[in-house]
Amino acid sequence: MRALVVDDSRAMRMMIGRLLQQAGFEILQAGDGQEALDVLGGLEPHELPTLCTVDWNMPVMDGLTFVQSTRQRPEWRNLTLMMVTTESEGHQVVRALAAGAHEYLIKPFTAEAMADKLDILGLDPSRSAA
Amino acid sequence: MTLSAEAFRFVADLVRRESAIVLEQGKEYLVDSRLRSLAQAAGDADVNAYVDRLRRPEGARETAKVVEAMTTNETSWFRDREPFQALSGTIFQELMQRPNHSRTIRIWSAACSSGQEAYTIAMLAAEHVVPLGWRVEIVATDLAQSMVDRTREGRYSQLEVGRGMPAPMLVKYFQREGTGWRVNDQLRSMVRVQTLNLAAPYPPMPVFDVVFLRNVLIYFDAATKKQVLGRVRQVLDPQGYLFLGGAETTLGLDDSWDRTMIGRFTVNRPKGAGAAAPATGTAPLAGLAGLGARRAI
Repeated sequence: MRALVVDDSRAMRMMIGRLLQQAGFEILQAGDGQEALDVLGGLEPHELPTLCTVDWNMPVMDGLTFVQSTRQRPEWRNLTLMMVTTESEGHQVVRALAAGAHEYLIKPFTAEAMADKLDILGLDPSRSAA
Repeated sequence: MTLSAEAFRFVADLVRRESAIVLEQGKEYLVDSRLRSLAQAAGDADVNAYVDRLRRPEGARETAKVVEAMTTNETSWFRDREPFQALSGTIFQELMQRPNHSRTIRIWSAACSSGQEAYTIAMLAAEHVVPLGWRVEIVATDLAQSMVDRTREGRYSQLEVGRGMPAPMLVKYFQREGTGWRVNDQLRSMVRVQTLNLAAPYPPMPVFDVVFLRNVLIYFDAATKKQVLGRVRQVLDPQGYLFLGGAETTLGLDDSWDRTMIGRFTVNRPKGAGAAAPATGTAPLAGLAGLGARRAI
């Protein structure tokens, strides 16, 4: 399984990438929403990631716009999208889910919270094999 | 600092006397970490010094705090998926097919800790039962007054709601309050909270259709486990369901129970409760299509 980590902070991409690697993902990275669209656009269908983690506030294209853009592309309909952001108001969570995000993880978060989210999404190989 | 063997024995005896919970050797680290903040609050240099204080007459004032600290467990929303899938996908449907004049399902969350299990049950009831015109009454109990108070308040930090809560459920059933979240009025009105010592005789209780007694028996010795199972049997409907933790069983303790598989989860039922429950349903735990949830958990 592959995961695309979209975040403008390199440190955050490394941190999320490490957690997802431990969960069995091969990691792709992008620094903003437009770069993420470019990465996805350059992949063959069988190379597409299963999961995208998406920061909200990024230069060039923000995470919400990225989520909305991917939802308009039928060939990417199997992507699971999880916002990973400091934005923590209830209405923002509602907005992201309405735009097409499947889950929402608020920064700062623990490794266990990330594992719980993967479990909720059915993407945690260690738990789903139990 | 290392907890002395003598201090550990003293705390283990005290906790066993007050709550029937057994702290076996090897749990020294647990005593040390759980009592550290109490030691600091009392002005003691370390946990050994705090245990010395407990031995003195004025230590009696600390007893309840020690028992609370040693018996309170971290808990998360939808902890282990299978029990909640069994409840929402199968058991709710089976209970609603029975003749029931009051159209009420009663559930006990025993040893509710800070309330995540009780409110998880309430969320599932609000999704799968309440829209069909049925009521669900949840009684949540805990040994510790502080846990009872926390459950009643229904306030959780960001980190706490981060543990296992699907985002669509969070925004549907919680309100942002300061830096945390609070369970909404609908769920709070479904949950009645009270203190209760599982190892002592129970106050008058309603008859429950389902009892959640998960990850509690592991702390008791065999004799207390038998007693607890016997008392639970008295307040459970003869056709009811008992949920235990993954490492717990009635086997070898109390032969008045049958075990039934629902999906991948084993549920205990009083002997003679009838055939296995209907085939496992597929009601998703987070099936809130309008909010963008796609995968069922």
